[in-house]
Amino acid sequence: MLRIYLDNNATTPVLPEVLEAMRPYFGERFGNASSIHHHGQETRAAVERARDAVARLLGCRVAEVVFTSGGTEGDNLAIAGLTSAGDHVVTSSIEHHAVLLTCKHLEENGCEVTYVPVDGRGQVDPDDVRRALRPNTKLISIMMANNETGVLQPVEEIGKIAVEADVYFHTDAVQAAGKVPIDVKRIACDLLSISGHKMHAPQGVGALYVRRGTHLRPLFFGGRHERSRRAGTENVPGIVGLGKAAELAMQGFEHSDDKKMSTLRDRLQRGILAQAEEAGVNGEGAPRVPNTSNIYFDHIEGEAMVISLDLKGLAVSTGAACSSGAIEPSHVLVAMGLRADRARASIRFSLGKQSTAEDIDIALALVPETVARLRELSPTHRKVAISS
Amino acid sequence: MSGGVDSSAVAAMLRAEGHNIIGLTMQLWNQRRLAGHEGMPETVTGRCCSLDDVYDARRVAEHIGISYYVVNHEERFERDVVRPFVAEYLSGRTPIPCSLCNNHLKFDQLLVVAQQIGADCVATGHYARVEYDDARGRWLLKRPADRSKDQTYFLFGLTQEQLSRTLFPLGGMTKPEVRELARKQGLALAEKPDSQEICFVPGGDYKRFIDAYLAESGEALPDTAGELVTASGEVIGEHGGIHNFTVGQRKGLGVATGSPLYVIQINGADKQVVVGGDEHLYSRTLRARRVNLISVGELREPMRVSVKIRHRHEPAPAVLEKIAADEVLVTFDQPQRAITPGQAAVFYDDEIVVGGAWIA
Repeated sequence: MLRIYLDNNATTPVLPEVLEAMRPYFGERFGNASSIHHHGQETRAAVERARDAVARLLGCRVAEVVFTSGGTEGDNLAIAGLTSAGDHVVTSSIEHHAVLLTCKHLEENGCEVTYVPVDGRGQVDPDDVRRALRPNTKLISIMMANNETGVLQPVEEIGKIAVEADVYFHTDAVQAAGKVPIDVKRIACDLLSISGHKMHAPQGVGALYVRRGTHLRPLFFGGRHERSRRAGTENVPGIVGLGKAAELAMQGFEHSDDKKMSTLRDRLQRGILAQAEEAGVNGEGAPRVPNTSNIYFDHIEGEAMVISLDLKGLAVSTGAACSSGAIEPSHVLVAMGLRADRARASIRFSLGKQSTAEDIDIALALVPETVARLRELSPTHRKVAISS
Repeated sequence: MSGGVDSSAVAAMLRAEGHNIIGLTMQLWNQRRLAGHEGMPETVTGRCCSLDDVYDARRVAEHIGISYYVVNHEERFERDVVRPFVAEYLSGRTPIPCSLCNNHLKFDQLLVVAQQIGADCVATGHYARVEYDDARGRWLLKRPADRSKDQTYFLFGLTQEQLSRTLFPLGGMTKPEVRELARKQGLALAEKPDSQEICFVPGGDYKRFIDAYLAESGEALPDTAGELVTASGEVIGEHGGIHNFTVGQRKGLGVATGSPLYVIQINGADKQVVVGGDEHLYSRTLRARRVNLISVGELREPMRVSVKIRHRHEPAPAVLEKIAADEVLVTFDQPQRAITPGQAAVFYDDEIVVGGAWIA
């Protein structure tokens, strides 16, 4: 079966160039980057080259990049590593669970947390962040781009607020990295987490930008790797992959790949909306990353839609997958004020660098027909049809 | 696919026969939800809808090479199975959640999902047979080859439409044969023990479940305490709540008398539990409501049938007749012990399920 993958916000395929760059580090270049000898020097050099590339992607100093196991670790290290009992944290209701559940954990351990809401387009109001500040506020953590809607948050304005108030600012940029240019100076953040596998590097690697002078308590203990900020022998192949992916992302921005991607995404979105009534874009009107479109189709169940499309070879998603693989209504869409049934009727389409115009054509052939078939079986849709 | 041997064997068998099949697991209840509430265990293991069972089902799907999905129907399950289960006990009846689950979830919601994703039929690991009878022009539900595993009692609510799109591939097999099939197909769970208890009630302790469920929902447990009376109306003690009792129960009455005492009736309205000797437990008739007929379209005249009044009951000869729009009267040839309101009365014509109704 021909398979089309439009679930790149879940994970992306490793690009061939990335795989090629990594390959030697599974084989002949196997050294421990902490070793004194030739083998260690070889991998140490590779790790530092990757650190250079990631620093360029984020606009920071090389020494400010800490390699992690991924976005979740970066979020945990940033938030839990900075706060102590008695501190107050401001975050939003649409953060990834890596942030939300870390905050819940803080609350259980003597911290206070304010969850600022979002508007109907899925954006945080910077004034809400400002109003949430307290004398004991230690940290603001607001994501750069939302994983479900792709909506970009006003991180530069929030950064200014953080500077004025002299509180730390962390942004989860997992869904922004590689999709839109990032400059930690402009954002004025102290901490920024990214994940390799959301930007065509492998799963199991990520990075946290830690502004110089920001002291973090480590999450785990062992060797003095990553300037004692992250113990554990480096995942050298993963780090090399992340470095290569960062390099490719920078080249992509030079070639306006992001514009090309948003053109494809817009064609998909327009094509779907032209053929399906009672549908719309969640986050419409807000600035979004170029690869994501979250669309509701009233009177259908997203779960049935995802399964039906998967059986026809199109991979998309609805909400966030929970541990058993079953689907619960998205906390992000609910926070945007969507009714539970519309939240359940929402599908996320997310493109990757490998997505082609043909992929979009096939999706445009499959999605409207599947929506129509599911609506024929929908009791609420039939009622509407009869009454109108 | 529940992650048990039966549904796994069905999937493997249909796959081996070359059918185009899709594996589905219904996520119906979050086992972690009540963990730690009101004396419930902190950890949950190995029950239906647990992560372990989903893991097992997923491994089987992967092993036999089929697409597999988990579909979430927790809201419907709570509304149509768990809530009525709690309400029935609190009103002095003894519910059968498995029948409600079959009627409202497995052969309703699951058939909807099947239709949505383009599947013609749903196959399950139930021990029962379904076949179309040309002469009657009806779909029939029949008892399976392995009578010890017969699940037709829980399936009496299926409609003609539901039966027409249902396959029970294990209907002609015995449990040992099913395990053998699972072994031959190389299924790692071939020796997994059968599940016995109600899937959402850990350890079968329904009283503790009701306490924990109401506490978690923020609802107070209604006061259902009242008097313990004899059949002649004499008050002989008090009880802590009618939901702690079921007809035929002997233990836990809290009164000591010379001869054994049993619960013979529970009066929900005045919260009385009526006790008496074994002889008081027998009755020749029962009334049942919310009738579903399978092998016949309607009951025009009294009909000779065998009637099963609980899962572990040998069907007893009786006459079945309609006495109101949605109510039947069953008159047994011999008095039956502990006819229990809330349970189902399922009517059989030899191996054919005529239909069933809920004992009033």
